[in-house]
Amino acid sequence: MNEQLEKIKEDAFKLIRESDTAEKLNDIRVAYLGKKGELTAILKSMKDVAAEDRPKFGQMVNDARSQIETMLEESKSRFEAAAMEEKLKHEVIDVTLPGKAPEMGHRHPNTVALEEVERIFTGLGYEVVSGPEIEKDYYNFEALNIPADHPAKDEQDTFYINGDILLRTQTSSVQIHEMEKGRLPIRMIAPGRVFRSDEVDATHSPCFHQIEGLVVDEKVTFADLKGTLDSFAKQLFGEETKVKFRPHHFPFTEPSAEMDVSCFKCGGKGCRFCKGSGWIEILGCGMVHPHVLELRGIDPEKYVGFAFGVGLERIALLKYEIDDMRLMYENDVRFLSQF
Amino acid sequence: MDTSLNWIKAYVPGLECTDEEYFDRMTLTGTKVEGFKRPDKNLEKIVVGKILSIEKHPDADKLIVCRVSVGNEELQIVTGAPNVNVGDLVPVVLDGGKVAGGHDGGPLPEDGIKIKSGKLRGVDSFGMMCAIEELGSDRNLYPEAPENGVYIFPEGSAEPGDDAIELLGLHDTIFEYEITSNRVDCYSVLGIAREAAATFDRPFVPPVVKETGNDEDVNSFVKVEIKDTDLCSRYCARAVKNIRLGESPAWLRHRLASAGVRPINNIVDITNYVMLEYGQPMHAYDMDKLAGSRIVVKRAEDGESFVTLDGAERKLDKDVLMICDGEKEVGIAGIMGGENSMITDDVKNMLFEAATFNGANIRKSAKRLGLRTDASGIFEKGLDPANAEAAINRACALIEELDAGDVVGGMVDAGLPIKEETKIEFKPDKYNKLLGTDISAEDMLAIFKKLEIAYDDKSGMLVIPSFRQDLKGQADIAEEVARFFGYDKIPLTLPSGEGMEGRLSYPMRIEAIARDSAERCGFSQAYEYSFESPKVFDKLLIPEGDALRAAITISNPLGEDFSIMRTTSVNGMLTALSLNFNRRNKDVKLYELGNIYIPHALPLTELPDERMQFTLGFYGKGDFYSMKGAVEVFLKASGMKDEPEYDASVDAPFLHPGRKASVIYKGEKIGFLGEVHPLVAKNYGIKDRVYLAVLDMPVIVPLTSFDMKYEGIAKFPAVTRDISMVAKKETTAGSIEKMIRQRGGKILESVKLFDIYEGDQVKEGYKSIAYSLSFRDMEKTLSDEEVGTAMKKILNGLQSMDIELRS
Repeated sequence: MNEQLEKIKEDAFKLIRESDTAEKLNDIRVAYLGKKGELTAILKSMKDVAAEDRPKFGQMVNDARSQIETMLEESKSRFEAAAMEEKLKHEVIDVTLPGKAPEMGHRHPNTVALEEVERIFTGLGYEVVSGPEIEKDYYNFEALNIPADHPAKDEQDTFYINGDILLRTQTSSVQIHEMEKGRLPIRMIAPGRVFRSDEVDATHSPCFHQIEGLVVDEKVTFADLKGTLDSFAKQLFGEETKVKFRPHHFPFTEPSAEMDVSCFKCGGKGCRFCKGSGWIEILGCGMVHPHVLELRGIDPEKYVGFAFGVGLERIALLKYEIDDMRLMYENDVRFLSQF
Repeated sequence: MDTSLNWIKAYVPGLECTDEEYFDRMTLTGTKVEGFKRPDKNLEKIVVGKILSIEKHPDADKLIVCRVSVGNEELQIVTGAPNVNVGDLVPVVLDGGKVAGGHDGGPLPEDGIKIKSGKLRGVDSFGMMCAIEELGSDRNLYPEAPENGVYIFPEGSAEPGDDAIELLGLHDTIFEYEITSNRVDCYSVLGIAREAAATFDRPFVPPVVKETGNDEDVNSFVKVEIKDTDLCSRYCARAVKNIRLGESPAWLRHRLASAGVRPINNIVDITNYVMLEYGQPMHAYDMDKLAGSRIVVKRAEDGESFVTLDGAERKLDKDVLMICDGEKEVGIAGIMGGENSMITDDVKNMLFEAATFNGANIRKSAKRLGLRTDASGIFEKGLDPANAEAAINRACALIEELDAGDVVGGMVDAGLPIKEETKIEFKPDKYNKLLGTDISAEDMLAIFKKLEIAYDDKSGMLVIPSFRQDLKGQADIAEEVARFFGYDKIPLTLPSGEGMEGRLSYPMRIEAIARDSAERCGFSQAYEYSFESPKVFDKLLIPEGDALRAAITISNPLGEDFSIMRTTSVNGMLTALSLNFNRRNKDVKLYELGNIYIPHALPLTELPDERMQFTLGFYGKGDFYSMKGAVEVFLKASGMKDEPEYDASVDAPFLHPGRKASVIYKGEKIGFLGEVHPLVAKNYGIKDRVYLAVLDMPVIVPLTSFDMKYEGIAKFPAVTRDISMVAKKETTAGSIEKMIRQRGGKILESVKLFDIYEGDQVKEGYKSIAYSLSFRDMEKTLSDEEVGTAMKKILNGLQSMDIELRS
């Protein structure tokens, strides 16, 4: 019996080794392990075995079964792996064919720059607010310490609707609206559209955008203004950016300054971009003129403020190296799709 | 304003610096330098040569061969200059030297022109004689130069070998400044010199003006009466007799040339020179042409006219200030003198005027008259009355120095009493607190001293000099401290107050969602002008009398095309699409977020309603439903979860009458969309179907919400049923869906249109529509019965709409 069992085993192993398809393996399974298979048959002949040998023989048959099963499984896995490999071989694609992206639109460079500025200032705890574009003369000028006969009124080439109402020439008017709300302290930026009667050319547009900043609190210093704008410039143009403050004049701030940043193209060595100076003028700023606070009923002995105004297009044109202002208002998709 | 550094240095002894240093340091103390140029940049090895002999060129009629002494040697130079004679002193550029440009003027090459020895038609030439143009200047600034030929120095004015460039005053640097409107005093050489002295810590030594005039008193020649002191606060006059017109000396001519002013004759030159140096425009009248020995300063009458010295007739009005004699008008105050009293070559006696006029009035008058002159440009800034006297005395001193006439003694001085000097309390702690610095009081006082701000330690007051009209309060003083302490030395800190919440306003958040949604749908952002032409309404087929035509008009627009504030964003969008179409850009999708301006009443008495519009537009790939989809993407993203409704009866003449709808959300009209009317598309030159959507953000913002709640994932299976029907063509899908939803009840989870067909298989005037309905109960598995009941209700409802069901 033992020999017979050994032979069955040997035959099965041989057949398994020789088989080359999963089907053949299945046939072997049926022939040896099936209900009518050889191992089943030999088990049936157990009655011919001596009673005391039966457990041992049973064990031997079971071992043989499991050995055959294991070998069958191993072969099957091998065949499957080979089959999969074969299949995958046929599924090779050209990975350099173009990708299929959803057709996304593009943000205008002005907005890209604005969002950057908003991110910086909201991070510093500033609220982003807005004010009217068609504005009272008073808010645009007089409340900002620019009385009726002030030359600055002429310098700014204002569009008027009538004697009292105009298109705002500067977002500084929002400073006044914000102070009028009577909530102190104030930390705000006000982005928005402004208008000046400049003919359209490569560097001018009759409507453009500014971002106004205003802080009013009990202990605010010129040093704070410098620190704030230094942080702004570094975040916007890169950590290595240097700033330079030059004295300047604005009717609604005193002391006033203009801020230059080191040229981000040449790093300050001087190039065509910065006209050789190494510096690029970026914004105007200063300590809120006490008279402006006073007009809004804010005690200038107690409260101090600083303000700044930056041209959005100026930042966008510089940062993205756009060489013509007209591109910003033409809306050619070949331009827009670069942002 | 352009000023020569040599001129500045004349009043700031010991000022030594490179041009770059000057540029940087002046800018950092507040006198902003825009740029500088060196007139001698490309002038190298140019000396005075004396022509010793002239011979004809053997082979060229138009050339001559000269022997020229250049001091240490004699050179042979061939020239084509027609104006040289033996003995002439001329500028000679030596072998290896450089000149600035060609003899015919024209733009100067960046690196100049190198000059080398060579042969001219076979004859050796060891250098070149120079015309003024070759030295980078012109006859306007050097009128003594010949029209054609080389520059010739006056006999005896130089020795051969002298530096010719020095003699022409071209070893200099011309700085261009941007002077801010508050620093009237810096529109002058002396003002800038004072700043330069303070900046470089050198003494400021202004010209010494000696007392001038003979024993006579001008007050006995002329009386001055100011009728309108609101427009003229001071009028100083001095007289000069026996005018001796002539050429000014070289130093004066060269200083004028450095400022770009053409030298004319000694009298005109002195007037111009003093205007540049003192920042005080002056005028000279021919005294013999003034009637009645009187000067009267008064407003003109409306409708009068006056001939200015340029020969033009000017229309006057009652706000123009005039200078009159005893009988007539002789000049427009501060702007231009009259032809009737101007200095001519036969002038014998002259009256000098130095006055202080109201800046705003001069500015406005010059604007109305269309006559902005150098003088009015300075007067309009509002001058210091003390300067008038200083300037007129300086002018008279120059008359004597140049021997241009006999100055009469005394000065007529009319006007308001000179204002008392401004005094401001010295508060060093306040300045430090404002600046965030720790500057000692001594250091501050040292700065003030340099600026001629006196300190009275008894009263603790700072005494402001009259030329600093801009210093009025403590903040102004703090700025003076800051700019000479150095803006760069002030530390960098951040505000110390309590931290505040940084955030966008709520409408800005919704705008950000609009941008994201539009871009996700393939639309790119456009920026459009706020003003447009009133003609756009015709282009958009908007009828006369329509509310959209009630637009705000700009009183001084750039032109008709920019003359009204837009009441609709449609024109802007179509204009942008049109530009892209004309440039053959395919499948263009744009969006815009911008205001329209709706007046409450016209003419405007209060501020209008500024309404943010979210506008989408495209042509090319897509149809009405792609636009509708894009709108819904935004509404969903803004938390507007209800289904919007669409009403085709919207009033929008610029849209296709059969392809338009208003968008209604929770009963409110939030915008509209549709296909652009083909005639309108044609008006914009777009030969394709164009689609538009305009959403009114002020209505939308309050309807948005960011409340979200998890509703669980369905545990029980859904049952789907498809229904197919034939409906009349006019029956809208919206009405069918509405019926299905109404009848389906709570268990109806979704309704999806999956087929719509019109054509051969369906009878004329009908369409076939098919929906897939999905039913689900969150609590249990639905029974066939429950679904059957709901379906029955739905089918009954549809039948009541005259819809034929197909199995």
